[in-house]
Amino acid sequence: MRRKRSFGGWLFLASVMLVHVATALAEPGLARQALSTFVGMLRNVAPVLVLVIVLMFLAELFLTPQQTRSWLGRGSGLSGWLTALGAGILSTGPVYTWYALLAELRANGMRVALVAVVLYARAIKLPLLPLLAHYFGAAYALVLSGFIAVFAILNGLAVEILTHRSERE
Amino acid sequence: MRGALKRSLHAFLQLLPVLVGMLLLSSLVLSWLPRVGIEALFGRHEVLDVVLGAVLGSIAMGHPSAGYILGGELLASGVGFVAVSALIVAWVTVGIVQLPAEMLLLGRRFALWRNLLAFLSAIAIAYLTVGVLYLSG
Repeated sequence: MRRKRSFGGWLFLASVMLVHVATALAEPGLARQALSTFVGMLRNVAPVLVLVIVLMFLAELFLTPQQTRSWLGRGSGLSGWLTALGAGILSTGPVYTWYALLAELRANGMRVALVAVVLYARAIKLPLLPLLAHYFGAAYALVLSGFIAVFAILNGLAVEILTHRSERE
Repeated sequence: MRGALKRSLHAFLQLLPVLVGMLLLSSLVLSWLPRVGIEALFGRHEVLDVVLGAVLGSIAMGHPSAGYILGGELLASGVGFVAVSALIVAWVTVGIVQLPAEMLLLGRRFALWRNLLAFLSAIAIAYLTVGVLYLSG
């Protein structure tokens, strides 16, 4: 698959660095604290990033566009929805580390609705359910998770319809 | 195999500036947020509190557990259950800070629609969850 070269990411990085420089000039203490938070976050993200790179490589190696379309494309049916829901629930780390893999799968034929489902279903954190239950009660944790799963599907459908409609206009 | 490796590395290099930019932006927002007295913002109007909860959840970021802990503290300080729920759900489904990265990698329309719908859904889920719990006693 041929990809077009994009400099949007570098422009984004340059803009954020400018904001950091401006903060450092206006409030050096805040900028120092932000920089130390940045280093800590980088350490936390690194393992997830390695996982994402490995998954991207495996997807490039083994997943043909035909396979992606059949598992996660328009004809994937119920199993496609359940796969996206499960992938979202099981994925770990910050959401932005998964954007590139999802973009890759989408370029290979993954349905837009299922990309949105993966991103929404990440709100259900199985390892954190006991913590949620501790603060707000077990019934709350279960009802909230159930509604998030239902809304993941509804959001997926709505995002797909709206994205396609605005692309046509 | 070499082709696949080359394509993956190329995709990663495209991701790298977005990722570093995201981390820098997140670290700045995370360092700034504790300076804002969040509890003081609530308590003016019930519906406004719910919208405010969703807005704060959309801007805030970090580990979901931080959202649960903040939600627990807000609840203990008297903020309504629906507003706290809206904050918790928006925290993990809406990403204003991540929006530039999402737009760059997944498309502008997709990212804007997804985040707008997730914001509205956070409010709906908050009302539904608390409503179901209230009805079930």
